[in-house]
Amino acid sequence: MHLQIATRQVADAVIAMPVGRIDHRTAGEFEAALTPLVAAAAAAKGALVLDFSRIEYISSVGLRVLMIAAKKMREREAPLLVTALQSVVAEIFAISRFDRILTVTATLDDAMALCSPAALAQHRAGSSPAP
Amino acid sequence: MKAVRFWGTRGSLPVALTARDVREKILGVLRAARGRPLASEADVESVLTGLPFAAVGTYGGHSSCVQIDSGGPEFFVCDMGSGLRPFGQWATAQRKGIAQTFHIFMSHLHWDHIMGLPFFVPAFIAGNRVVIYGSHEGLEAALRRQQDKPSFPVDFSIFGAKLEFVHLEPGRTREVAGVAVTSMLQRHAGDSYGYRFEGQGKVVVYSTDSEHPLAQAEHAERFVRFFHGADLVIFDAMYSLADAISVKADWGHSSNIVGVELCQMAEVRHLCLFHHEPVFDDAAIDAVLAETRRLEEITRGAHPLHVSAAYDGMEIAL
Repeated sequence: MHLQIATRQVADAVIAMPVGRIDHRTAGEFEAALTPLVAAAAAAKGALVLDFSRIEYISSVGLRVLMIAAKKMREREAPLLVTALQSVVAEIFAISRFDRILTVTATLDDAMALCSPAALAQHRAGSSPAP
Repeated sequence: MKAVRFWGTRGSLPVALTARDVREKILGVLRAARGRPLASEADVESVLTGLPFAAVGTYGGHSSCVQIDSGGPEFFVCDMGSGLRPFGQWATAQRKGIAQTFHIFMSHLHWDHIMGLPFFVPAFIAGNRVVIYGSHEGLEAALRRQQDKPSFPVDFSIFGAKLEFVHLEPGRTREVAGVAVTSMLQRHAGDSYGYRFEGQGKVVVYSTDSEHPLAQAEHAERFVRFFHGADLVIFDAMYSLADAISVKADWGHSSNIVGVELCQMAEVRHLCLFHHEPVFDDAAIDAVLAETRRLEEITRGAHPLHVSAAYDGMEIAL
């Protein structure tokens, strides 16, 4: 089982969207994919937004990867945001108390609003329906 | 093995309800009773039915002590926390003039797991036999030191029972009064050991004061093998996962999330949350239990896992 992660730059923020389950089988792939994104975002002091709208499940091992990423971002004063959790994943975040130690937003729009005005503007422009 | 009885379930430090805590519980029950018929005993009982456990009971405050009822005349106990005192009084009441034998298995030698021994009534009774098992080299010395002056007024010479110490080799199964016992090294400051008890077709695992490094797959596999097929796993779920791997990393404890995951992988029948955080009140432990049951529900595979939270006085039939 492979974990797919699509990324895109939106102004000074990077949005990463993993797809699937992050469990003991795929957490290594998740960590390997996340590590360079964290390094780049932290170096640029830009925001990294994890769009979890297509993550069905995350285990303790996957949450640990998030913890490490958040710590590295915090050391460089760069924001890490997790957004658009599916209901099961939102419950896991609440039960594990990760919702208290990570910045979690309900929607991608909310997350971009916390990144920067430029990121929000470009995100909204990019997601607007064509005239 | 017939049952497991919990005499001490609190982690790190014994705690007690305060007068204010009791008053709050009474007020809550009176509010729930408002406007309801209370003429008969059944009416009164019915008020309590449906109220949360925290409203009508308490998880208790004794530190770790768990009895495994093997079905035989000899007693099996895990750890000698402050819960050993009420256990000892209960066991002595069963004595009826006949000498008793106690097999006590030590997870480790931290204070909260040994503090009950100086108050263990059966150890004072001539004719009794107390066999203390463990895998720490300094087991006997640690227990003697606890009763050395100036920490305690009387040393081991006060004990009338015959005290014996048995070193267990981790991973090597030993037959004790009809029960097969295997210990396993766990991650905790100064090391701790989990125990797997097998007898009469039942399996109980006692795994407290055990931290699980999530990055090490082989660690998880080792515990899955140790837990595999157990009827009951008594599991250190002291912290939330977030705390256990951040501010309380390397403190030697685990979480409800890891307990559910390991027990699901090991096809365990019943997970019992244990070694409760001493700062948690009854409502907080109720909440952890409800959340853990919900986690099991939303992650359930082919093997449903029953989840409970241990309280002082709780008995689980096997």
